[in-house]
Amino acid sequence: MPLLLRALGENVTNTVAVEVNNVYKVFGKRPRDVVKRLKAGATRNELSSQGTAAVIDASFEVRKGEIFVVMGLSGSGKSTLIRMLNGLLEPTSGSVAVYGSPVSGIPAKQLREVRRSKISMVFQHFALLPHRTVLDNAAYALEVQGVPVAERRERAQKVVSRVGLAGWENKLPGELSGGMQQRVGLARALAADTDVLLMDEAFSALDPLIRREMQEQLVDLQHELGKTIIFITHDLNEAMFLGDRIAVMRDGRVVQVGTPDEILTDPANDYVAQFVQDVDRARVLTAASVMEPARSVVSGSAGPRAALRSMRDLQTSAAFVVGNGRKLLGVVHDRDLLKHVKAGNPDLMAIVRNDPATVGPDQYLVDLFEPAAESQLPVAVVDDKGRLLGAIPRVTLLAALANVPTTTGENQVIETPATVAVEIITQTLRETAGLTDETEAPKVTTADEGSAAREGSLA
Amino acid sequence: MDFRLPVGQWVEGFVEILTDTLQPVFDVLRAIFLGLYDVVNLVLVSPPFWIIILAFAVLGFFAKGWKLAVGIVVGFGLIVAVDQWDNAMDSLSLVLVASVIAVLVSVPLGILGASSGTASRILRPILDFLQTMPAFVYLIPALILFRVGVVPGIVATILFALAPGVRLTELGIRGVDKEVVEAGHAFGSSPFRILRQIQLPLAMPSIMAGVNQVIMLSLSMVVIAGMVGAGGLGGDVVASLNRIDIGLGFEAGLSVVILAIVLDRLTASLGTRTKRISKTDVPAIAADAASVSQKDEQATARAPQGAPA
Repeated sequence: MPLLLRALGENVTNTVAVEVNNVYKVFGKRPRDVVKRLKAGATRNELSSQGTAAVIDASFEVRKGEIFVVMGLSGSGKSTLIRMLNGLLEPTSGSVAVYGSPVSGIPAKQLREVRRSKISMVFQHFALLPHRTVLDNAAYALEVQGVPVAERRERAQKVVSRVGLAGWENKLPGELSGGMQQRVGLARALAADTDVLLMDEAFSALDPLIRREMQEQLVDLQHELGKTIIFITHDLNEAMFLGDRIAVMRDGRVVQVGTPDEILTDPANDYVAQFVQDVDRARVLTAASVMEPARSVVSGSAGPRAALRSMRDLQTSAAFVVGNGRKLLGVVHDRDLLKHVKAGNPDLMAIVRNDPATVGPDQYLVDLFEPAAESQLPVAVVDDKGRLLGAIPRVTLLAALANVPTTTGENQVIETPATVAVEIITQTLRETAGLTDETEAPKVTTADEGSAAREGSLA
Repeated sequence: MDFRLPVGQWVEGFVEILTDTLQPVFDVLRAIFLGLYDVVNLVLVSPPFWIIILAFAVLGFFAKGWKLAVGIVVGFGLIVAVDQWDNAMDSLSLVLVASVIAVLVSVPLGILGASSGTASRILRPILDFLQTMPAFVYLIPALILFRVGVVPGIVATILFALAPGVRLTELGIRGVDKEVVEAGHAFGSSPFRILRQIQLPLAMPSIMAGVNQVIMLSLSMVVIAGMVGAGGLGGDVVASLNRIDIGLGFEAGLSVVILAIVLDRLTASLGTRTKRISKTDVPAIAADAASVSQKDEQATARAPQGAPA
């Protein structure tokens, strides 16, 4: 089965917001020599006496509207990397640009201008000004930009309300809980109204419940405002939850850049694989990424006989009924169909039950257990227009969680087995032959068609 | 062995050159210091003593509370009672002028030291020198350059009291949360704005501790300054030493102690003032805590609706 990419956030565009090219950062007495030797192939440990190579040859692009997560353990260089994106640290070698404006190797004044207009930052320990009120903290960036007092207070007020701190404007940061302080930090960065937002372990200092809440709020905000967010974390689950794409860092190098699915299902090396083995896959993998082509599908316009025949061929007790454009209409069961055919009733729709368990393609597996447990049929995956994209049998669900390749061949039992013996169906079909007007050719949707439809819908 | 390094002669020569070439500069400095001293002294000496005591008591009340106010009244009353009031005011004038100038010099030096490692490395031995050189030694060149009187006392006091102001300012600024300074940079602030809006306010408790120490060291120089004719309490202490007058010596010394304690408490409370204000708000925070969680719940309840599907 080809790996399915999780649909990138709807805000992601093709415009490059941040471009990082072959960036090195070495701390020490002769950083340039160390870079030269690293480029010549020396390893980080060989050079440790001459300088600490914090970031080695990092290159990536972040697109406008994307949440790009840089993940790594402490000492992996991620904090150094993010500080080069807004010039808090100057790369020893390589270049960084934000919307085409260079951030590295420019005079201090020009750099300040880039920071004011293009890029803002949220800090791990909030970094609020303790002697200023929440509102004045939120207005800080605007103050630096030279926005007049009345306007900046008004704009800051809006952002403070947006992050849920209305009523707290005149408190000092010391009077707020950690989560609320970080909302002030977020408000300050949002008020700056820059497109790019750097978040340095922004939620790491918060306790888990608040962290989850803040993550959800960030995703909401990102949907609403379409900011480009570069998020640093050491928490893989956080990275998987937030990231449209993730860069995994180790010992100063970016070892893999990819979507959460790619990182999870196709780790670039053993390190990444080991790293991701503990991740909660049910909260990362989406329905679209594990679904199979729906095989037992019959057309609503086909007659009951055609439907019964195809179900016999597939040896399944139930089938999805689809209308025009593969729109999911419901489910038929073999017993109903058998009675129907015996009675010579030509209208398939009369016995279609309208109760298939359906999920959206972007839903996480964690949301699939309940429908899968309650339904006899595989869970149907439908898009927002109700079109059938694929199906997820319970076996597939389990296999996805266990990280076992699901589709090894057609011989796998993935559909609910038939409840009526094949012979009976065949006999019924033979007996009723000619009783009903079956002008159309039997419409059986094959697996090939199914996967074609699925790929088409995701392209 | 007859070899001897003539450091003393070099310094003598240096001071001679200073007097020959820069005498006009020192005359101007002398005029400035003397003028400042006279103004402060006029303010402290011309009104009746009880007005000054009352003014200090009010200051003490607002700085710390009624306990300090009462303490000031009792302490200063004692100075009046041992007939050292005028001397105490002379000494206080000297201390105030010297401290203000020392602070004006030391805080910028501290900022310089905090902003540059090189400056810090140059400053450190100089400060060590100033702080540990026996205070009497400053008096000799000061006496030559500024002549007998209050001014050499002020100059020697400034030099002696400089070090803690510089050190604590540097320490305070270096101790400001690195992330907060980074935040200033990250939003495009100029270094001067960061200094003014972030580093100085956050370093203020440490800087105020430095100011406090400058004043304390100035007071400890008062007695020594008496030796070069600066008068005040120091004058009486020196006189009592010459005459072996235990009583007078104790009375003058006690007055120095009282002045020191009053000035220490007043300036120490300035440094911690901001903290006290926020502490008074603590009960209000606890009361608000309940409404916080409610607000948070509302916020999360609203969030899914607000987000576009």
